[in-house]
Amino acid sequence: MQIGLISLLDGLVYGMLLFMLASGLTLILSMMGVLNFAHASIYMLGAYFAYQISTWIGFWPALVIAPLLCGAIGAAIEVWGLRRVHHNGHIAELLFTFGLVFIIGRAVQMVWGMLPMPYRVPTSLDFPLFSIYGENFPAYRGFMLLISGGMLFTTWLLLKKTRIGLIIQAALTHPSMVSALGHDVPRVFTLVFAGGSLLAGLAGVIAGNYFTTESSMADAMGPIVFVVVIFGGLGSLAGCFIASILMGMVQTFSVVADWSFADLISPFGITLGANDLLGEILTIPVSRIGPLVPYALLILILLFRPRGLMGTRET
Amino acid sequence: MSDAAVRALPSRRPVSVAVRLWPWIVALLIAVVLPWLFYDWQHGRHSGFMISVFSQMGMMIIFALSFNMLMGQAGLLSFCHSVLFGLAGYSTVHFLNAAGAGELPVPMELIPLLAGLSGFGFAVVFGYMATKQRSTAFAMITLGIVQLVTTAATMFHSFFGGEGGVKTDRVIGNSLLGREYGQAIEVYYLIVGWMMIAAIGMYFHAMTPLGRMANACRDNHERAQFVGYDPRMVRFLQFALSGFYAGIGGGLFAITYEIVTFDAVAAPLAANALLMAYIGGATTFFGPVLGAILITLLQSGVSLMSNSWLVYVGVLFIAMVTFAPTGLTGIVLEHAPIARAGLLRRLTLPYLRIAVPGLIVLFGFVGVVELLSFLTIGMAQGKRLALFGVALDIFSPLSWLVAFACLLGGGLWLSIEARYFKRVWDGLIEASRSR
Repeated sequence: MQIGLISLLDGLVYGMLLFMLASGLTLILSMMGVLNFAHASIYMLGAYFAYQISTWIGFWPALVIAPLLCGAIGAAIEVWGLRRVHHNGHIAELLFTFGLVFIIGRAVQMVWGMLPMPYRVPTSLDFPLFSIYGENFPAYRGFMLLISGGMLFTTWLLLKKTRIGLIIQAALTHPSMVSALGHDVPRVFTLVFAGGSLLAGLAGVIAGNYFTTESSMADAMGPIVFVVVIFGGLGSLAGCFIASILMGMVQTFSVVADWSFADLISPFGITLGANDLLGEILTIPVSRIGPLVPYALLILILLFRPRGLMGTRET
Repeated sequence: MSDAAVRALPSRRPVSVAVRLWPWIVALLIAVVLPWLFYDWQHGRHSGFMISVFSQMGMMIIFALSFNMLMGQAGLLSFCHSVLFGLAGYSTVHFLNAAGAGELPVPMELIPLLAGLSGFGFAVVFGYMATKQRSTAFAMITLGIVQLVTTAATMFHSFFGGEGGVKTDRVIGNSLLGREYGQAIEVYYLIVGWMMIAAIGMYFHAMTPLGRMANACRDNHERAQFVGYDPRMVRFLQFALSGFYAGIGGGLFAITYEIVTFDAVAAPLAANALLMAYIGGATTFFGPVLGAILITLLQSGVSLMSNSWLVYVGVLFIAMVTFAPTGLTGIVLEHAPIARAGLLRRLTLPYLRIAVPGLIVLFGFVGVVELLSFLTIGMAQGKRLALFGVALDIFSPLSWLVAFACLLGGGLWLSIEARYFKRVWDGLIEASRSR
């Protein structure tokens, strides 16, 4: 039980973090059709910027400046990069962002080196918030929940209650109609790309010291975020939210589950040896195959429900 | 039909067999002679490094060509091509172990065929899932597959050997030609043989009805459907066959290195295939061959000199995507109408004018990248920085100033010259059309 409660909170923290990344990506993918590989690289940039700024002027200014920098970089990528290759089709745009992954990944190593950065939780937030059954819940995780919750609320407000939000929503499903009505769709694209990058940068700022800030953090996060976006379905932020929380929970709970498939069937009198591949798959504890679960879920959902959990159209 | 339209059609002269065969014969001759150019006559032995580079090139050519069966011919961007390559490699290790123990009576020369068949088998399984979709959705499923298999490969021990991978010994004592395959040069010629077989197979595959239908589904899959073909079936068959050839490559990989780890199935290798096919030129058959040679040289040559070869590859790739989506061979082929009109000589001056600022930008870019990466990585390794044969002091502002000035000033100059070049080029294309 005590493991359950703490895991639930941890899963929520991780899920909200995933949502910060995935919401930007899903907006970009469903509006522009661009599978933005560089999204996780922007997340990494956010963490590195935050580390650098926090060594100069502290964590709190970094919390504001680093995401803004990432948003500016996103806008620059859209205006000077993606627009040029747009006439060559979606695959060319995808490849462009794919090339960016190499460049950003190496550029980060060139500027900051190969070693992990000593980017730590600010001392003002480094205390246990409360404890359940003798387990401490750090205040920083509460802060992460606060930031991501606030960001969720702001995005929702922006999309539902403002004029530009309505245009973005319309452009999600009917981009040509929106442009026919006289709205500047390319500018909306730039705005969404910048906004998505800003959110990714913010996620990097608050996750960089929760996990570690290193040059492989983009590769670790990128695939999971893709899974979330596809699982949630295109054009649906609600689906994206559910998928994020689900993946957060799956990832957190699979680490603490120590049963295997063999335990499920052993009551029926079937016992297995772990000598061949099949036996190994069945007897391995779930905690060890945890990293595998999201990808298995992804392939399953693409096979049986290609539009995703709550998607409005097929990819 | 007007006169001009008639002349625009490609002339269909009957081409003799000898003319069609000569590129293949030349390629085979080069491949056979190549290791002897680096032979150390004094000590009477081969250059081990060069042979390993050429072997790597051979398997990467097969790999890139089979990748292009999907990307170039069928318009399918697959990120799980390394899975087919790597799983066939794992299977080959188990085949070799079985053959070495005398349980599998297959000669060495035919082991790559077995590897190809296992690649085909895996491609049938994964292709069944992935080819349900096309375009971006296909790319995303393959992304899921590559992550799934890579994580599985580090996790399970009986087939994949966990993180350490599986090892084998390629001297199995069963050969059609009576060779031992203990030496690298023997394996190199095995690779050359299978490379030629695979390349010829893929070349002729492109001309079969299936290859043509793959092109049709790439260009307009709805239209292909109306004609009565099932695009999904076309995608599936194409995927399965490309898995066969990728499997041959994976088998040769296992034979050469005698160890296969999860790196052989992981996404970076699939990304390599994409870089090779795209930079070489996905629209032509021989483009990926050029790309594979180029990338392997960069990988093994530049990576020795510089820590940041991936930056150069990344920038080259982005430049290709932005300015030359048809790749290097595509650029060459675009000169064909101008050459036919006999106007090629008028491009000499524009090329010279663009080459000068181009080289300056390249110089500045390499300078900035190397200075920057030396500051963080190279210095920690205790090396000394030398660029273009000149030892540099990275703390003197002069070297930084020169590098940035070359990059920015050269960039400005280049953009002016590029505009001039485009004007001349458009004029020549126009002129070659009206002739």
